[in-house]
Amino acid sequence: MVSSWRCVDGNEAVALVAHRLSDVCAIYPITPASPMGEFADAWSAAGRTNLWGSVPHIVEMQSEAGAAGALHGALQKGSLATTFTASQGLLLMLPNMYKIAGELTPAVIHVAARALATHALSIFGDHSDVMAARGTGWALLASSSVQEAHDLALVAHAATLRTRLPFLHFFDGFRTSHEVNRISVLDDDVLRALVRPADVLDHRARGMSPERPDLRGTAQNPDVFFQAREAANPFYDAAPATVQDVMDEFAQHTGRQYHLVDYHGAADAERVIVVMGSGAGAIREAVDALVASGERVGMVTVRLYRPFPAEELRAALPDTVSAVAVLDRAKEPGAIGEPLHLDVRHALNGRGVRTIGGRYGLGSKEFTPRDAAGVFAELALPAPRESFTVGIVDDVTHLSVAPVGLPGPVSTARTAVFFGLGSDGTVGANKSSIKIIGENADLWAQGYFVYDSKKSGSVTVSHLRFGTEPITSTYLIDEADFVACHQFSLLARMDVLGSAKHGATVLLNSPYPADQTWDRLPAEVQQEVIDKELQVWVVDAHRVAREVGLGTRINTVMQPCFFALSGVLDQAAAIDLIKQSIEKTYGRRGRTVVERNHAAVDRALAELHRIDVPEQVTATEHRLPPVSAEAPDFVQRVTAVMLAGEGDRLPVSALPVDGAFPTGTARWEKRGLAQSIPIWDPDLCIDCGKCAIVCPHAAIRMKAYPESELASAPEDFLHKTYGGRDLPQGTQLTVQVAPDDCTGCGICVDVCPARSKSEAKHKAIDLLPTIEHRDVERERYAYFEALPEIDRSAVRHDTVKGSQLLQPLFEFSGACSGCGETPYVKLVTQLFGDRMIVANATGCSSIYGGNLPTTPWSQNAAGRGPAWNNSLFEDNAEFGLGMRLAADQQREDARRLLAEMAHLVGEDLARDLLEDEPGPADEDGIARQRERVATLKERLAGLDSPLAAELASLADALVPVAVWIMGGDGWAYDIGFGGLDHVLSSGRNVNILVLDTEVYSNTGGQASKATPRAATAKFASDGKSTRKKDLGLLAEAYGDVYVAQVALGANETQLVRALREAVAYEGPSLVIAYSTCIAHGIDMATSMAHQKLAVTSGYWPLYRYHPAPEAGTHPFSLDSKAPTVPVRDFLQKETRFAVLERTDPPRAEHLQALAQADVDERWHYYEQLAGVERTIPVDAHEEADLEPAAEESDISSVKGAS
Amino acid sequence: MTIMKSRYLGLDLATPLVASPSPLTGKLDVLLELEDAGVGAVVLPSLFEEEVESEALVLNERLETGAGAFSEATDFFPDVELDHLGLERHILLVEEACTRLTIPVIASVNGRSAGGWVRYAQDLVSAGAQAIELNMYDVAADPMSTGAAVERAYLELVAHVRASVDVPVSVKLSPFFSSMANFAGQVVDSGADGLVLFNRFYQPDLDLETLDVTPRLELSRPGEIRLPLRWIAILRPLLPHTSLALTSGVASGADIAKGLLAGADVVMSTSELLRHGPRRAEELLDELETWMAANDYESVGQLRGSVAQHTSPDPGAFERAQYQKVLSSWRG
Repeated sequence: MVSSWRCVDGNEAVALVAHRLSDVCAIYPITPASPMGEFADAWSAAGRTNLWGSVPHIVEMQSEAGAAGALHGALQKGSLATTFTASQGLLLMLPNMYKIAGELTPAVIHVAARALATHALSIFGDHSDVMAARGTGWALLASSSVQEAHDLALVAHAATLRTRLPFLHFFDGFRTSHEVNRISVLDDDVLRALVRPADVLDHRARGMSPERPDLRGTAQNPDVFFQAREAANPFYDAAPATVQDVMDEFAQHTGRQYHLVDYHGAADAERVIVVMGSGAGAIREAVDALVASGERVGMVTVRLYRPFPAEELRAALPDTVSAVAVLDRAKEPGAIGEPLHLDVRHALNGRGVRTIGGRYGLGSKEFTPRDAAGVFAELALPAPRESFTVGIVDDVTHLSVAPVGLPGPVSTARTAVFFGLGSDGTVGANKSSIKIIGENADLWAQGYFVYDSKKSGSVTVSHLRFGTEPITSTYLIDEADFVACHQFSLLARMDVLGSAKHGATVLLNSPYPADQTWDRLPAEVQQEVIDKELQVWVVDAHRVAREVGLGTRINTVMQPCFFALSGVLDQAAAIDLIKQSIEKTYGRRGRTVVERNHAAVDRALAELHRIDVPEQVTATEHRLPPVSAEAPDFVQRVTAVMLAGEGDRLPVSALPVDGAFPTGTARWEKRGLAQSIPIWDPDLCIDCGKCAIVCPHAAIRMKAYPESELASAPEDFLHKTYGGRDLPQGTQLTVQVAPDDCTGCGICVDVCPARSKSEAKHKAIDLLPTIEHRDVERERYAYFEALPEIDRSAVRHDTVKGSQLLQPLFEFSGACSGCGETPYVKLVTQLFGDRMIVANATGCSSIYGGNLPTTPWSQNAAGRGPAWNNSLFEDNAEFGLGMRLAADQQREDARRLLAEMAHLVGEDLARDLLEDEPGPADEDGIARQRERVATLKERLAGLDSPLAAELASLADALVPVAVWIMGGDGWAYDIGFGGLDHVLSSGRNVNILVLDTEVYSNTGGQASKATPRAATAKFASDGKSTRKKDLGLLAEAYGDVYVAQVALGANETQLVRALREAVAYEGPSLVIAYSTCIAHGIDMATSMAHQKLAVTSGYWPLYRYHPAPEAGTHPFSLDSKAPTVPVRDFLQKETRFAVLERTDPPRAEHLQALAQADVDERWHYYEQLAGVERTIPVDAHEEADLEPAAEESDISSVKGAS
Repeated sequence: MTIMKSRYLGLDLATPLVASPSPLTGKLDVLLELEDAGVGAVVLPSLFEEEVESEALVLNERLETGAGAFSEATDFFPDVELDHLGLERHILLVEEACTRLTIPVIASVNGRSAGGWVRYAQDLVSAGAQAIELNMYDVAADPMSTGAAVERAYLELVAHVRASVDVPVSVKLSPFFSSMANFAGQVVDSGADGLVLFNRFYQPDLDLETLDVTPRLELSRPGEIRLPLRWIAILRPLLPHTSLALTSGVASGADIAKGLLAGADVVMSTSELLRHGPRRAEELLDELETWMAANDYESVGQLRGSVAQHTSPDPGAFERAQYQKVLSSWRG
């Protein structure tokens, strides 16, 4: 019985089944599976019940390992339990998966299959994660579309209870998990029919109970372990047939018949492709087109992969088949074949069928019908390759097969492509359009959304298909009937019209009137419009949105224009449906929001105009090159191609073999995002450096330089005489914006303390329209860049101003505009960048720090800079500790060898190197040591001995290295806490920076143990009821860990001092940095004011815990003053807290009262801590040399309790 | 036994003291305490159209930040239902106040658009408000807009709201009209059932540390009663059938007496109650009653308007002669 049609993505399709069939869901966020847990949590929070009338318990764990443990426990107690995961998360579950299967425990894990991190992290889809689980004893069930994911989710839940095998149900990450498609939603009756009550009761009866005690998890010895392992065989033998029974019953209820393996194609096929997952959609279209043209081809879709249905596979293949290509969406380096290939090959052994295997689609690589046709062409060769790849150009090992054109069209669907920015609502509008069409008209609809790798100014491309037939095309659109460009500036940056069909309709959001828009188009765009005879329409959506009070969200202006031009629905009906959709979407946000959006819809069509296309190109402006001609070779050959959105055409040889990329390439990517940029007024500037220290993108720079450097400066280059006495008289200072790298967040202007005496609104730095200032600022910045960096030894590093004269070696990242994390990262590189190596936990900081195409971690003129690496999410502290151990070992080896060779390299030099070894914060000492190391290398080069070569390879280890371990609160408080704790206890010299946004920022705002009480977050939608973990206090308990809690916006000097003390302290250091985030729901331009209020309200006290070398000293220094305002004043200014007041006022009041109590209690406790004296000396770690300290008066310390 | 009853906007009030809009009247428990302390009616805090709309729009914008922008995060907040936004919270307050209180509940509205005034007034009436007070406030900063145009716009709004609701409507006026006596009459002609004299506005202040402009509202001081007192006295004979409420600077029972003597039907208090709490109302009424008894007044009705301009022994004193008298009395 089918209840309704709905347009949902694969994650929701699965969650719609899993939530109804579960008592317990133990979850942990991971891309691309997070939405399944979020749906389940939201539904339970709203009181939605499962099939048996109970609200499932949803619990967020500290990691996937934790989720698997909780899953195991719930199952053993007899509950129906589920979890959702992907990639590395699934690997963390593996140990428990062996246990759960070994105990023959019914369970389901739904996996949005994703690549495993190898040479690089990839959030995108392939089967390497599920293939790693194929030995666990779980049944593996594969879905290849959104509807299948919905249906087979039920099959998995039903079959696990009948077979007693746990089921891993998987579908392709992003391609299926995030594709929106029209599905028939299963109603409760179907679920009830398949999940038989007796099976549920049997499962429950097997649950642990003191009423019928038994003992599980025994330790078995060589005498019985093996036999016991074999005892479960009958269950595996019986499982395939049982799964097929469930599929057959499912078909009786729904009409949709699945098999363990499904054949599709010519009855007399000779060549067949075997595949699992979404690639089946593309292959199916190729098969249909080829069969229609008379070719004898077919395909097999494998749905049950474990236990492998060999017999069913053999039965499914026509007897005429002579050649089979098995496609694996995974890679097993060194194996003679990928897993599915080997299974199929073994199953067909003796049948006289040639079987070859190919890899496709790794990390969501596109896989199209033409690629499938290429595979069929390979199979037709007299001697096809045993092993091949498809979808790439392999010019190294020459394994790739080339795509082949198809004889006819593969789909009748109408196609539309939309280009937008993440901030403009384009994706939301398109998701809405799909629902409008698929749920209200007798049409099929599909949407897939591609995002670039940036968090600010990200470009989104939406691919929509509509048609009268089900849409199975599982690849991007390259020939569109309709192309919309929601951001006019994109026309100059990328080939927006490249996917437009001849005669296609084009909709442009243009800031210019219709009759002036043509002249504003780049020449390449005009040419394409003329050549393809495109029909071009324009609307000034930003003006309409602004006028109706919607700001930059243009979704409800563009959406009616699409419907009007595409004709996919009757216009009046479409407008009515859009308004209904707005009611549904925004009704929860209040009447005003609905009305403003309705107004936008009403205004849109009146503003829509067609433009007359001349016969000739009239433009003189051209599309911008992705990088300047001055960029280095690698950037030109590789990075620029990726930046142009054409990375798919890079061959294998273009890419590093081991994942190591050059740093400092972000500077070549000129994104020009900002509508307004900060402009400096040297007459007002007081040289404080605040604007530079808060800049999240290192787009505001300060340089001090001799006046002589101005000799060749452009006439209007801005400068002023440097105000400090620490540099020679006459030294000049320039504060300069990088106009194409600034995101226009406005934080610099907000914090600037220098106002004009005659015009208070004018500050030393003002945000002014980019269009009016870009050209001159580009010229200024070019000159500024060429100015020499200051001698690091010449400026004080312990002041805000001094630190900002140091070159940042982290610049122009793709972090969100106004990011609260990146200023800390940048500051660390200013202070220690040329001597630091970084272990970076997976999360926001690894994405804005390491997501290609470009790299923000950079180098100085000497080629030195941070060496950066990201291992995993959970292991980052340990990863960094390993670096420390290696650095220490190398240093010791170098010192030993140097002592041995002192007579050969010079006794004086050796003595200086060994005895005058600087600490990592000793600027002068490091400069001296580097000179000595250079001399040492020169002398070693003249010695022809193995020992000399060995010492030469270790010589750099004589220069101290600062190991920085960085990551967010999800890592430090939750998944990585065990490792963090262990590393803190190690006594080793590592520096840990926790960028604490108090929420999982990268995956979309899920609560962590750093989330404060009373905040609303995903997995805490009714406000977090428990208080935030005091990580600093836990670390202090070790007694020999340096701990600081800092907030840039509240006290920059304390921050600078804490970072320097952390590095100088030769033991473990932990710096917890308050990091504002868009997940706080604040105006990011004012984020420093929020930080300040967090401190003045006592919400975020500033302190440093410095393990004292002597007894009788106070290790804990409270650096902020007693709270002067109630915490409510802070909470009410942030959406994360304010939301609860609008959803559940009594609960908000209750939790906020508790939050105040938390603040009061903590402050009282910290005040007492500030008075505590050490009674035992800490002798494990010595303080390294530190240059003169900041003025103590700069940091308002509470020195002791009164 | 002194009869304290009064009548305002057609509503029977047990006493002539009304608690005017303030944070106090936004809390149900305080409203109950005010009722217990004897106030004749309460006026709830103003529903500001601009504020409730801005709240919804800003929250929506914040909740949508980052949505649909990045592959790893669909959005950054759970999809919660904001069913206690400013408008809903306010409506709930009106509903609860009307349900729990036995004294009349008057709702106040401040609109931004013509449609907004009407719609929000209707919302408040639907929630149970027994009368509507139009909190008219507009800074006429547009140099192209004449005084006449400003007044015309006000009058149109009054007429518009009057035609849209079926409960009494009062208008809280600013003292800054060039011909108050004329304009007040026009407001009444446009449909106002009562006038509240006068509105006190948030005025900008400067933060000397940040040089930011910060809105600030000081509590009224006792001497401020004199301005509304004058106009109550002047308008009373001009608008004999219109309810008049005096507000600003009411700090004692004597002040209430003055207001009533000048012709007010009710006297409103905000600052005094904010300073001393809702129980202060009881003291004010006691002071009034004591004064009335001491001066042989039997009822509020007897008192009301007995020293208005037309009933005063010195009518000119309410006009320009006042200045001279103050100076001479100061010279002593």
